[in-house]
Amino acid sequence: MNPATDTALITDKTALWTVIVLLGLGSYGLRFVFLGLIGNRAMPEWVLRHLRYTAVAVLPALVAPLVLWPSATGGDPDTARLLAAAVTLVVGYITRNVLAAIGLGAVTLYSMLWLLG
Amino acid sequence: MTHSTTRRAFRKGLQDGAPFAVVIVPFGLLFGVVATNAGLNVIEALSFSIVVIAGAAQFTAVQLLSENAPTWVVLASALAVNLRMAMYSASLTPHLGAAPLWKRAIIAYFLVDQTYACAHMAYEKNPDWGLPEKLSYFFGALAPVCPLWYAATFAGAMVGNTIPPEMALDFAVPITFIAIIAPMLNTGAHRAAALVSVAMALLFSGLPYNMGLLVAAVAGMVTGAEVERRMALAPFGRVPE
Repeated sequence: MNPATDTALITDKTALWTVIVLLGLGSYGLRFVFLGLIGNRAMPEWVLRHLRYTAVAVLPALVAPLVLWPSATGGDPDTARLLAAAVTLVVGYITRNVLAAIGLGAVTLYSMLWLLG
Repeated sequence: MTHSTTRRAFRKGLQDGAPFAVVIVPFGLLFGVVATNAGLNVIEALSFSIVVIAGAAQFTAVQLLSENAPTWVVLASALAVNLRMAMYSASLTPHLGAAPLWKRAIIAYFLVDQTYACAHMAYEKNPDWGLPEKLSYFFGALAPVCPLWYAATFAGAMVGNTIPPEMALDFAVPITFIAIIAPMLNTGAHRAAALVSVAMALLFSGLPYNMGLLVAAVAGMVTGAEVERRMALAPFGRVPE
């Protein structure tokens, strides 16, 4: 399975604008829900407990296929990208510094792409 | 006196937000490029970035739209990607909940990964800050982040597919998100959630329309919450036999 190797064109403009508007409203709703509506009123503990894991549950799922099967190589695993991802993960985990992780990940990517041609 | 402390907080926000330009610019450029390659014009690409203002969700939506996924699948997947915004909203409410509604409404719009990361850290480091300082800081932090997002999208949409593939811009997305996630993996529950999420995403990658993402997201969340609950039952983080 290699996602997005063929770049199909988005021709259905109605669907496109429906998504832009509803996704905008929905995303705003998610950002506003506690800050604007619920405020400091207590939420059920189990809801908060699940919310705490949204970022670590969603973003890795989004990223894992992109790392293993990058569309730029037609979906074949690529050493430079695998190494860059590993370096980013390790640096971010150890230093807790987002920008240092991105920087070293990018340096790894470009030097490996250059080395491996 | 208050005036100078709020000004200082604003400047601190600017300082903390500014380095994120190195992420926002390639990421925004990439979205503009990907969107135009998928058949969107400049207005449509820019509207995406202004109305939705959430990179990962925008990429997910454009990819699914180009696969002709049903509208509800596009919305469900992209909203799942943005579910973390609700966590950000809950996390900042104790700090900013006392602000007037119109200010909270504006803050909610600008609540993105980078502004949240800045504010969350700064509010913990500066417990002496009152509401005015916290608000000034937030607006300082968003100033170098959010306008750049629109500008970079616009620029990316203008240059379209003229960026050479050797730039490997495609990998700006995974690197950014790995870097955001890695520092969060500081408890067993967070690590378990991420691990299950990766395993499920790969296992279910064959599902149509990227629906493996939804499966993996739910499985990861349930795992994190369940591990946390069990660790809380057992003192010192040990699960009883």
